[in-house]
Amino acid sequence: MNPINSIQDEIIDEFAFFGDWMEKYEYIIDLGKSLPLIDEQYKDEDHLIKGCQSQVWLHADEAEGKVSFTADSDAVITKGIIALLVRVLSGQKAEEIAKADLYFIDKIGLKEHLSPTRSNGLVSMVKQMKMYGLAINAKSQ
Amino acid sequence: MEVTAQQAFDIDKIRKDFPLLEQEMNGKPIIFLDSAASSQKPAQVIDRLNDYYRTGHANVHRGVYQLSQEATMAFEEARELVRQFINAPSEKEVIFVRGCTEGINLVASSYGRKFINQGDAVLITAMEHHSNIVPWQMICEERGAELRVAPVNDAGEIDLDALYELLDERVKIVSLVHVSNALGTVNPVKAIIDRAHELNIPVLVDGAQAIPHTQVDVQALDADFYTFSGHKMFGPTGIGVLYGKEEWLEQMPPYHGGGEMIKTVTFEKTTYNELPHKFEAGTPDISGVIGLGEAVRYIQSIGYENISRHEHELLVYATEQLEQIEGLRIIGTAKEKASVVSFIVDGVHPYDLGAILDKLGIAVRTGHHCTQPLMARYEIPGTVRASFAFYNNKADIDALVAGINRAVLMLK
Repeated sequence: MNPINSIQDEIIDEFAFFGDWMEKYEYIIDLGKSLPLIDEQYKDEDHLIKGCQSQVWLHADEAEGKVSFTADSDAVITKGIIALLVRVLSGQKAEEIAKADLYFIDKIGLKEHLSPTRSNGLVSMVKQMKMYGLAINAKSQ
Repeated sequence: MEVTAQQAFDIDKIRKDFPLLEQEMNGKPIIFLDSAASSQKPAQVIDRLNDYYRTGHANVHRGVYQLSQEATMAFEEARELVRQFINAPSEKEVIFVRGCTEGINLVASSYGRKFINQGDAVLITAMEHHSNIVPWQMICEERGAELRVAPVNDAGEIDLDALYELLDERVKIVSLVHVSNALGTVNPVKAIIDRAHELNIPVLVDGAQAIPHTQVDVQALDADFYTFSGHKMFGPTGIGVLYGKEEWLEQMPPYHGGGEMIKTVTFEKTTYNELPHKFEAGTPDISGVIGLGEAVRYIQSIGYENISRHEHELLVYATEQLEQIEGLRIIGTAKEKASVVSFIVDGVHPYDLGAILDKLGIAVRTGHHCTQPLMARYEIPGTVRASFAFYNNKADIDALVAGINRAVLMLK
């Protein structure tokens, strides 16, 4: 199985244990609080993805056709979801990232946070992550 | 027995007029505290729209047949209702637009092309909504004019001395908000209009947030332009009103070209229709206008006196209750406020708070409220805003306070 999908399935299994939205959100908030996700030097205008509601910073590194991501947000729920997205996509092959279908967000019931109407920067961040995948893959061809 | 106004205001009965208030959100009874973004609609307005489409629809000002004439009468009757509602001298001065945003764009573009030239200035304030900033920026850039911005103090009030300082003969128009959507501040528009008129400078008032809460009399204000949206005053979306003094509107070129706004058309030359039709190109939002007329009737049936008193009670109660939450800071503490409370909680991002309140069935607005320069003024990314209409009650505020406490516990 494709490694991106197996991580997604892992997360879906983990979330199946949560009884209600409160537990789910508490977990996301903990993720958001506990992880220092990005080097301070990358929290600048160049790495900023502006949302109406919250802001996101994204940095990508490439090594041997694989892309690693670090990211951050000023809002803790957004940051918690970023932690999940990074867990799924970071360290994967550029080609796989470019064509990834991120079905886990819907399955764990957090779809609303990845809706364009929320304008929290996450939709643009996912787009940007895939763009990195696409660009790095094209370069290596 | 005579019924006093106070007795006549029955909040439980009023709430039953609004079907949406009986709905659920995320499995919880909805607590709707976002009326400043868009208010809910009473059954009277919804039924009128339904009735119009089922039994009364035809294009207006065109057909000789009965149905079209009846639609035209209903349409123009709504204009007359709006005229009386804001006490405009003439129905020629009541122009239907898509909303407050279009009202401002119309004036900026049409008045601007006629009266604003190189080296002139437009004066706005630091608490304007983007819709009262960007249209002026656009016309200033086009005409080579300067956009001046009157500052706001820490409480969220316009610094009047600074505003008057910026007001000189180079200013060709002043455009300012009556009630701030982000702070709730009620601005002393009458005083500013009088001052501008001493220099013969016209004033546009963005009344989007004022009209749901207070009686507006355009003649008493002596406003040159006053614009507002239907959807914030319990009417349909997509319809709004621009009031303009006839003396200005007559001098201004049309904004959009098309049907309805013309008198004669040849390929060489078109002559324009009379006011207000000169500014109403194309088939108008007929149902929107009729629905707006019904919303006016509905507001009048409740009465602004009742609305103001009830909303003031809600504002005072909400302010008291919210201030008791540790770390909560209200942004916008002007002496004169409408029923809008914007706040932030130390260490809690507005988005996170809004996301948890959503799960609890509580609808609030979070973010910069389309007032980015104002948020920059307070050095905050945004706020959480609870706004109240006359259909809200103290239980809504109690639910909000309980929701914030719960969210803060999770987030901190």
